[in-house]
Amino acid sequence: MIWKSTSDSEMFFLSILPLRHDDLKEMLDSNKDSLKLEAMKRIVAMIARGKNASDLFPAVVKNVACKNIEVKKLVYVYLVRYAEEQQDLALLSISTFQRGLKDPNQLIRASALRVLSSIRVTIIVPIMMLAIKEAASDMSPYVRKTAAHAIPKLYSLDPEQKDQLIEVIEKLLADKTTLVAGSVVMAFEEVCPERIDLIHKNYRKLCNLLIDVEEWGQVVIINMLTRYARTQFLNPNINEGSAEAMAMAKRKPYVMDPDHRLLLRNTKPLLQSRNAAVVMAVAQLYFHLAPKAEVGVIAKALVRLLRSHSEVQYVVLQNVATMTIKRRGMFEPYLKSFYIRSTDPTQIKVLKLEVLTNLANETNISTILREFQTYIKSMDKDFVAATIQAIGRCATNIGEVRDTCLNGLVQLLSNRDELVVAESVVVIKKLLQMQPEKHSDIIKHMAKLTDNIQVPMARASILWLIGEYCEHVPKIAPDVLRKMAKSFTNEEDIVKLQIINLAAKLYLTNSKQTKLLTQYVLNLAKYDQNYDIRDRARFIRQLIVPTEKSGALSKYAKKLFLALKPAPVLESPFKDRDHFQLGSLSHLLNAKAGGYQELPDWPEAAPDPSVRNVEVKESVRACDTQCGSDNLICQTFLSPFDSDLFSTESDSASGSESGSGSGEESGSGSASEESEEGSDSEEEEEEMEKDNKKKTKIEFKKQVQESESTVKSYELLHRITGEGLSVEYCFSRQPFSSDANMVAVQMQFTNNSTSETKSLHMEDVKLQSGMRVKEFAEIESLPAGESATAVMGIDFCDSTQAANFQLKFFVSIQPPVGELMQPVFLTENEFKKEQGQLMGMNEITEKLTLDIKCRNEHAIVQRVTTTANLSRVPCGSDKECRFAGRTVTSGSLVLVTVVTKDEGATQLTVNCEKMVIGTMLVKDILLALTQ
Amino acid sequence: MIHSLFLINQSGDIFLEKHWKSVIGRSVCDYFFEAKEKAVDPENVAPVLQTPHHYLISILRGKLFFLSVIQTEVPPLFVIEFLHRVADTFQDYFGDCSEGVIKDNLVTVYELLEEMLDNGFPLATESNVLKEMIRPPTILRSVVNTLTGGSNVGDTLPTGQLSNIPWRRAGVKYTNNEAYFDVIEEIDAILDKSGTTVCAEIQGVIEACVRLTGMPDLTLSFMNPRLLDDVSFHPCVRFKRWESERVLSFIPPDGNFTLMTYHVSSQNLVAIPVYVKQNISFFETGPCGRLDITIGPKQTMGKTVEGLMVTIHMPKAVLSANLTATQGNYSYDLATKVLVWDIGKLNPQKLPNLRGSLSMQAGVPRPEENPSLNIELKIQQLAISGLKVSRLDMYGEKYKPFKGVKYVTKAGKFQVRT
Repeated sequence: MIWKSTSDSEMFFLSILPLRHDDLKEMLDSNKDSLKLEAMKRIVAMIARGKNASDLFPAVVKNVACKNIEVKKLVYVYLVRYAEEQQDLALLSISTFQRGLKDPNQLIRASALRVLSSIRVTIIVPIMMLAIKEAASDMSPYVRKTAAHAIPKLYSLDPEQKDQLIEVIEKLLADKTTLVAGSVVMAFEEVCPERIDLIHKNYRKLCNLLIDVEEWGQVVIINMLTRYARTQFLNPNINEGSAEAMAMAKRKPYVMDPDHRLLLRNTKPLLQSRNAAVVMAVAQLYFHLAPKAEVGVIAKALVRLLRSHSEVQYVVLQNVATMTIKRRGMFEPYLKSFYIRSTDPTQIKVLKLEVLTNLANETNISTILREFQTYIKSMDKDFVAATIQAIGRCATNIGEVRDTCLNGLVQLLSNRDELVVAESVVVIKKLLQMQPEKHSDIIKHMAKLTDNIQVPMARASILWLIGEYCEHVPKIAPDVLRKMAKSFTNEEDIVKLQIINLAAKLYLTNSKQTKLLTQYVLNLAKYDQNYDIRDRARFIRQLIVPTEKSGALSKYAKKLFLALKPAPVLESPFKDRDHFQLGSLSHLLNAKAGGYQELPDWPEAAPDPSVRNVEVKESVRACDTQCGSDNLICQTFLSPFDSDLFSTESDSASGSESGSGSGEESGSGSASEESEEGSDSEEEEEEMEKDNKKKTKIEFKKQVQESESTVKSYELLHRITGEGLSVEYCFSRQPFSSDANMVAVQMQFTNNSTSETKSLHMEDVKLQSGMRVKEFAEIESLPAGESATAVMGIDFCDSTQAANFQLKFFVSIQPPVGELMQPVFLTENEFKKEQGQLMGMNEITEKLTLDIKCRNEHAIVQRVTTTANLSRVPCGSDKECRFAGRTVTSGSLVLVTVVTKDEGATQLTVNCEKMVIGTMLVKDILLALTQ
Repeated sequence: MIHSLFLINQSGDIFLEKHWKSVIGRSVCDYFFEAKEKAVDPENVAPVLQTPHHYLISILRGKLFFLSVIQTEVPPLFVIEFLHRVADTFQDYFGDCSEGVIKDNLVTVYELLEEMLDNGFPLATESNVLKEMIRPPTILRSVVNTLTGGSNVGDTLPTGQLSNIPWRRAGVKYTNNEAYFDVIEEIDAILDKSGTTVCAEIQGVIEACVRLTGMPDLTLSFMNPRLLDDVSFHPCVRFKRWESERVLSFIPPDGNFTLMTYHVSSQNLVAIPVYVKQNISFFETGPCGRLDITIGPKQTMGKTVEGLMVTIHMPKAVLSANLTATQGNYSYDLATKVLVWDIGKLNPQKLPNLRGSLSMQAGVPRPEENPSLNIELKIQQLAISGLKVSRLDMYGEKYKPFKGVKYVTKAGKFQVRT
């Protein structure tokens, strides 16, 4: 009971003395957090060191609801480690997590789900399933991400839940946040990689989100999309290869699917990632999917990775080796990057050598051979052996240098190191087989080596050579056999087999000199310990030595033994490895790893590309259902027009509409005409109001359906989180009456609960420096089922930082950059003059290809004005659209020019003094015009 | 994905284990130990090993092995990159990544590992996010904690994970706002016997130390961005801006980070700052050899070469070296056969020279190869490629930050063959 008298000195001893489990238990039972913490730290340290701490389970689990956050975290660590072993006791903690799942704080909800799904206790599978389903529709993307993480955990615990989990995955795949994308694709890959049909609708979204997903998610998504693309698109390299394919291609010229192009385009910037895994993932995607002419871009990035840690180099070189076999030209410019340094680890040296060999061709072979010469002198003998083999391969592949290589190798035969000589012999043997008649002096030279060389493989190779070409060296061959017969009993097995072989061949060609020797060797072999050798001797004797019993075969003995043998093909061990997806573990091991998904072959004919079309309507509808009722959304959109603000609102809306007035669209055309008239005189406006309202209503409904309404509404508070109160807001794009520097934000409150909500007002406003807010007037009460609107003003200081405040619940408003400006009217000349003053750093130009639906002036104007609160500037050319506006706070000019060329090629220019605004605006408009 | 992690020291003791799924026994590491035995040098252990039921992927950092156990298909680079990120995080938190430090901070390490992976899939790997959740230990804090019973776990929940710029923590405040950038270039080169360049290239990196209040949006531009042949960026850099304008536009993480790495291609002629005259020979007769090395300045752009050091891996047969250096000290390690000559500053008037005799093991044949020389050097205030930062602008915040750029050139993998 040391700690009961807690003086500092005793606490000090506590941290030194090892404690028994009983002491730890008592510390955990105490009511002091510091003692609990100390005990938990010790326990976790035990776990980390791999010591068993399982009998403390009951004492630890009691602290799961501890207030101290560090104790709590450590208890979680303990639980996740031991819950599997003590399932019954672990159940005690479940209720705490269930409570956590309902917490208003998203991070607590997420952490509760994380621990709950990590304790592997089968009995709670239904609870987990329920929690995952709930979390998958949580309003916080972080909780949804955690839900995605929990899916594979549940699946590994109980694979029978697969169907239900697929439903959740399907739902999460439709999620639009980058936070969720990586995690849900990971879950998809672990649970149902075969359900490629789930990807169709999300394909384009995943491609577009990719760049903003966190790096680990990028890797998983890219690998998955590679597989997807292989099933859905046509082979872009169909024209290379077999004649049949050519014929097919002639019939129907290859056109790349735009979705295929989208994938290639959106992954390319990721080659610049700092994460080697991401770079490798993009590289393999390009290797497997890109047209031959475009694959080259990956070489530079892969070569860059060679500067990284040696483990990274190892993996990258393995993949480069495979790539160089199929696409040699790609890496040729980087030949020197694969030169070997004496300090490289052996496995790296061997791989670089492999790459260099694959890259060798007629033009660079002399450089490569010179480089190889320095390697041969290395102290690392394994590496030298590999170099000799590499030289052999170069010699077989490139006819011009065969003699040079052979001479070089022969010189190595006098090397002092036996391993080097042996390896050379083996390689020379292979080379000689190609043109034996020219090289009888080399064979003679090698015959001499039998006296010195002890490496069995080399001896065997020499003997085989002499036997095979005994006619070229008729005098030496029998002498070699004589020597070998003497040492037969002391040789290794492979050498013995070759001695028998040599004897047999000599017997057939030169039986006069060697008959007795052969008999002697065969007799020795007959009593050898190794049965292979005994068998071989028996077999050969029957074949070559004619007796009465010997059958018809012996007549053909000569043909059998001295048949012309084809020269061996020296192949790279990396040949054909590309049937594994590059960058995968299976590719590296050249064997299928568990859970590996085969890379499918290209389809003969492309499946229907329309499966990837996402109808815009659907997204609106999805939003509808989220909001609870179909009526609600209409109300939200229409209510502004019922309020007093109607006239100005309709004015500004019509202003932008009439700006686009090509007059071809009947609906919008008439509406704008009317409202233009309306603005002519105030009296008329009064009269027309009713009529107008109807029309706008109709028009608005239409626009909602097209989801292209100029006034877009955002969710501020969801009715579930808001306990019945839902709030939506929109940027009404009208000047805020009391302060010109503020952006007007229109809010729509709806009370979906059954009771009245009272006193709605803003509290606890948290702003970045410089920002200001004009609060809306307090809404005293909102009866059940009713809606109300209010307008507030926010000065965002020309930045997209969020304004945070409390509205019974914590909410935040973040403006899209396009809402930070208001339209100004400029003439063409004014526009040009202003633009001339905003050149250089203040001008951002971007090239893009217009979406097919957006290739007319009207559509461009509509999309640009939807994205940003700008007005159109008149312009003489119909190929050019200009827009102008000023930022709300500082009044800096924002000028936008869209110049269209043929086939949707378009140049977008933004001139703005505020570069940040300019950059962000370009991004937004780009998105609006290309989608 | 990643199933378990074992940390193993040089002598083969497992001093930390962490499992993200069911527990896997330590015996799985035996396969690794077997491979380590075979590969004499720890560097030569293959990073990926196959065992009957698992795959082992390991990295070597400092003197520690980080060994992860995998059960199913996963891109090996994914795991390797993650393990290095773990090691980087330890380095960042504790200033060092060694066995002693990890053992001293066992609980913090364990908490970090818990946050970095969820069920084997990376969760939070950004140092800024982690530091919000688990505070790095400082002496002051550990003293305060022992007295008050406080903790190292942040009581505010991390918001970084929720934002779309996860690399920056929210609510950063400094009284002195400063942003420093170090442009570090390394020359990778192989020179042959006669001093001609076999291959040479420049690898550069820009390390940043940014301590700025709020959410600054920085733009860094170069005088001559066309020099850069190949680049890779921290995720904060807006790639589009780079493509169109060749400027680095980014909202920086708080603290130290690597902004970008780049490569200057070998097509441009690379300036080699020093030349080496060497003569190493082993005599056919008698067990001895001779060594004579002189180093002089070549293309130094008028700057002083500092921190000059020559490392030679001698053949096994060399027993000892009896040398005299006109400048600096030399040492010869008998066990590893490594000769190190630490020269220091290069004086162009009086070139440093090392000469003398090497004594060899008797009865062993003369080594075939002459060992190659590895050279280290450093030149302050110079980026050898000629890259220059032209300006740094800040948007989005009102204060005036203090800005600075420093240039250093070093020798990377600089080897002279003999």
